Amino acid sequence: MAEQIIPKLEWRGVSKRFDGPPVLADLDLAVAPGRSLVIIGGSGQGKSVTIKIALGLIPADSGQVLIDGVDVASFSAAERAQVFERVGMLFQGGALFDSLSVWENVAFRLINAERMPRREARARALEVLGLVRLGAHVADLYPSELSGGMQKRVGLARAIIGQPDIIFFDEPTTGLDPITASAINALIRDRVSSLGCTAVSITHDLASARTIADEIAMLHQGRIVWRGGAHELDTTDNPYVRQFVDGRANGPINADV
Amino acid sequence: MAARPDSEVALAARVLSPVTAIGEATLEIAASIGRVALFAAKATRAALTPRWYFGQIGRQLSAIGFLSLPVVGMTAAFTGAALALNIWTGGSRFNAEEAMPQIVAIGITRELGPVMAALMLAGRVSAAIASEIGAMKATEQIDAMVTLSTDPFRYLIAPRMLAAVIMLPLLTLLADIIGIAGGWLVGVRVLDMSPAIYIQNTWDFLQDWDVESGLIKAAVFGFIVALMGCYNGYVAKGGARGVGRATTQAVVSSAILILAADYLLTSLFTRI
Ligand SMILES: Nc1ncnc2c1ncn2[C@@H]1O[C@H](COP(=O)(O)OP(=O)(O)OP(=O)(O)O)[C@@H](O)[C@H]1O
Ligand SMILES: [Mg+2]
Repeated sequence: MAEQIIPKLEWRGVSKRFDGPPVLADLDLAVAPGRSLVIIGGSGQGKSVTIKIALGLIPADSGQVLIDGVDVASFSAAERAQVFERVGMLFQGGALFDSLSVWENVAFRLINAERMPRREARARALEVLGLVRLGAHVADLYPSELSGGMQKRVGLARAIIGQPDIIFFDEPTTGLDPITASAINALIRDRVSSLGCTAVSITHDLASARTIADEIAMLHQGRIVWRGGAHELDTTDNPYVRQFVDGRANGPINADV
Repeated sequence: MAARPDSEVALAARVLSPVTAIGEATLEIAASIGRVALFAAKATRAALTPRWYFGQIGRQLSAIGFLSLPVVGMTAAFTGAALALNIWTGGSRFNAEEAMPQIVAIGITRELGPVMAALMLAGRVSAAIASEIGAMKATEQIDAMVTLSTDPFRYLIAPRMLAAVIMLPLLTLLADIIGIAGGWLVGVRVLDMSPAIYIQNTWDFLQDWDVESGLIKAAVFGFIVALMGCYNGYVAKGGARGVGRATTQAVVSSAILILAADYLLTSLFTRI
């Protein structure tokens, strides 16, 4: 094992509960720089929470999140801001600003955090919209005027625009037709392979997982129950993964609930 | 007989339960005052230090100020007119009806102008802010903003606070003028007073401080209106229902706080 590589991002002993049973129980997970990790797992198992904890949007009850080996909690406000300037996030629900047009959504970081002039920011936004297969005609529409799949792609464009180091994708292909979905998969793959981004994605779409992932981790009952290379998804005899991949109603996942 | 200690305990619990409830309620109130104060401190810091999003500030100045003009103007006109009638009737009981213009002027500038304008904004602006920010919270737009390296306190909260603190005094000045004009109209048209003398009386009598103290009140009320809107929206939980609750809460709490602050400020100013 090449353990000498410092992970780009690491969850170390992270626990979280809301009112009810724990969502994450001592979760350990790491991604090496320039690799693509896909998290799979049943609905409501805490995949989105895992990502939001890494982004600092939800506080963990205990445990650490490390970026480049440094505990995020030890950062000063300025260091934090600097690190998170290079982090992108696609929210599961899109989370587009409904008072802003599509291009202003996509260029939000450029205009408001990087102070890029609006003309230039608009040109960049149009470029990135092209990458997610949206034409210039949608640029001046508002999010409420778009279909669900279009909104998702606008969210995706917004997540990748600032040349981020780490990108989180929460269900990037849900609600997309197969052709658009494979284009999006290719785009995510390209961010990792060509631009050297580290990507953490959540998906229920196993075809997508096989394309995007270098590695896959399965989250169940607040822990990682399996972790392996993308190709191992179909060969492993881990009962959780088998049940999940085969989509059987009966198995360890059912029995645990 | 054996049941007696039990029932005594039950009785004690029943008798004491309002006390416990009051204790819990007091703790809860203290905690929420703490949370509001912390929020207010963060909002104030964001409003007074760079970076400022001038585009957002401009947008809020127009949304809070310009679009409130008709509401505030009409409220002031009717209030001034009704006040004039009431004071005339009341004053006539001891032959003091001729002092009506002065009393209307002082009532409007020191009290009713700022309070009525603020209460209108509590309904219009505080509710709008709470529902907008609450909806953004519910749909993760505020989280998204954070991931885009933009501080929601600077981008969303500070512009609303600044706009309300700037615009409410201006709206109050307008309410003062329109309110006095309403009184004048009643005086001239209904009560047959001389138009020129009415204005003369008002103008000679009114002191700068009457107007200024009202404007200071208005700035404080503007702070309250924006703060209650932003705070209740920001802490809203539970989707559309939560946003609805936050909106009601914003209106009710800002109205009560405005009236409480009005009394405090008035007692402070009248001591000067
Ligand atoms: N803000 C919150 N407040 C309370 N409970 C929450 C909150 N966010 C998530 N949860 C709870 O945490 C659990 C995990 O939620 P999460 O959104 O991470 O699931 P998920 O694995 O992403 O599921 P899905 O695949 O359906 O998106 C759920 O039981 C949910 O009810
Ligand atoms: Mg999720």
